Amino acid sequence: MERDDLIVNDSYALNSHHSEEEGAKIRKNIWKVTGILTLLTTVEVLMGIYFKRSETFTWTMIKWSFIILTLVKAAYIVLVFMHLGDERSNLKKVIIAPYMLFIGYLIFIAISEGFGHLGNFNTLH
Amino acid sequence: MGGEATKAISKEVLWGGGRSPFSVSYGKMMMWYFLVSDALTFGGLLTAYGFVRASSTDAWPIGEQVFRALPGLDGEYPLIYVALMTFILIVSSVTMVLAVEAGHRNDKSGVIRWLGLTIIGGFFFLGSQAWEWSHFIHGSGGSFLLAENVTVTADDGEVFNLSKGDPVFMDHHFGHLAEPWIEGEPNVSLVESDHGIKLVEVGEHSHEAELHALTLNKYVENESFVSGDEAMKLWNARSGTFAFGANMHDNEYAIQQAYANFFFFITGFHGFHVFSGVVINIIIFIMVIQGVFERRKHYEMVEKIGLYWHFVDLVWVFVFTFFYLV
Repeated sequence: MERDDLIVNDSYALNSHHSEEEGAKIRKNIWKVTGILTLLTTVEVLMGIYFKRSETFTWTMIKWSFIILTLVKAAYIVLVFMHLGDERSNLKKVIIAPYMLFIGYLIFIAISEGFGHLGNFNTLH
Repeated sequence: MGGEATKAISKEVLWGGGRSPFSVSYGKMMMWYFLVSDALTFGGLLTAYGFVRASSTDAWPIGEQVFRALPGLDGEYPLIYVALMTFILIVSSVTMVLAVEAGHRNDKSGVIRWLGLTIIGGFFFLGSQAWEWSHFIHGSGGSFLLAENVTVTADDGEVFNLSKGDPVFMDHHFGHLAEPWIEGEPNVSLVESDHGIKLVEVGEHSHEAELHALTLNKYVENESFVSGDEAMKLWNARSGTFAFGANMHDNEYAIQQAYANFFFFITGFHGFHVFSGVVINIIIFIMVIQGVFERRKHYEMVEKIGLYWHFVDLVWVFVFTFFYLV
């Protein structure tokens, strides 16, 4: 019996071809994103060297900036380098929604169960 | 970019059968699904790391104090080496996206050039990681635990009331000889010196190391140095428990063995992904040279391995933040 569930032609791959001019535009965007990623990493490293862990409000802010900068970097990689930003929105949702759901739940449960000591570290004094 | 994905196609046609409702090929969609499941694995690992760290009652090591060495150089360069590794991986991600772009123009020589550079970047990253593992395993001096309570004054005048079981750190000259001495190497002996004690190795590699200073809180907050008679007080109160570098049973960096175990597992699992990525890239590189995709008239395979390679970079961005920075 002939199978009708396979998509046999290469139209999706062939359709994504682009011309020399479009290519130049895409490459320009790639280099721009490279610059942004390098800049964000440099900022993170400098912050990491300059600020020491402590029980202060400043450190809490630094910690959150690390996490936010990381999410910004991740978004650039996924949307531009992995071209998810150019895909149909139903594909974006199919990939991102289940991930957010599971990881969100996992982080919630780990945080709500994990903080036995409420931030008091035993260092030597 | 995007091809058919950017075209306006009605819902009836999209979902009517005979075509992909997502406007992507089967292979590319399955690569995405694989990456989602792999990302869940890494997400689980990093969450487990955060959970163990947050529920730990002893201080957890700080990235910029554990990772501050550069190959072949003395002195301290906090996070510089890891930042370099991150940069190498980001650059190799850029060359990969340029290879994908060249593929969309059916530019065979462009794909060869950029994919080749991506493979070289992958090797550089793997080499850097090997050095970092080696440095982590060998350690920088080692530590011992106290057998009794001691009160000492640090060089800056701060008084420490230490309890039994607290860790004290040696410098790497002294620690280098302390390890064979603890293991009962007959060539190494402990002798009195003008200022206290020293370890002397005789024979082929004869040299000696004096106990200049010991360190408190080396990896967990601002370190304090203790020298002279105060250092001797610490040395005399030592227990038999020493740790040099890190392995699966003990480590000098933290009281918690989980710290070393998470380092080995998370960076090791990521390194394994990089290694597989390099192998897959090499296979596709050979296929590009052979003209397989030229005959196929499209380079979608480069796009698929590109997705995997970017994913490896993406994971490292998170490992970098949660293992080294926070």
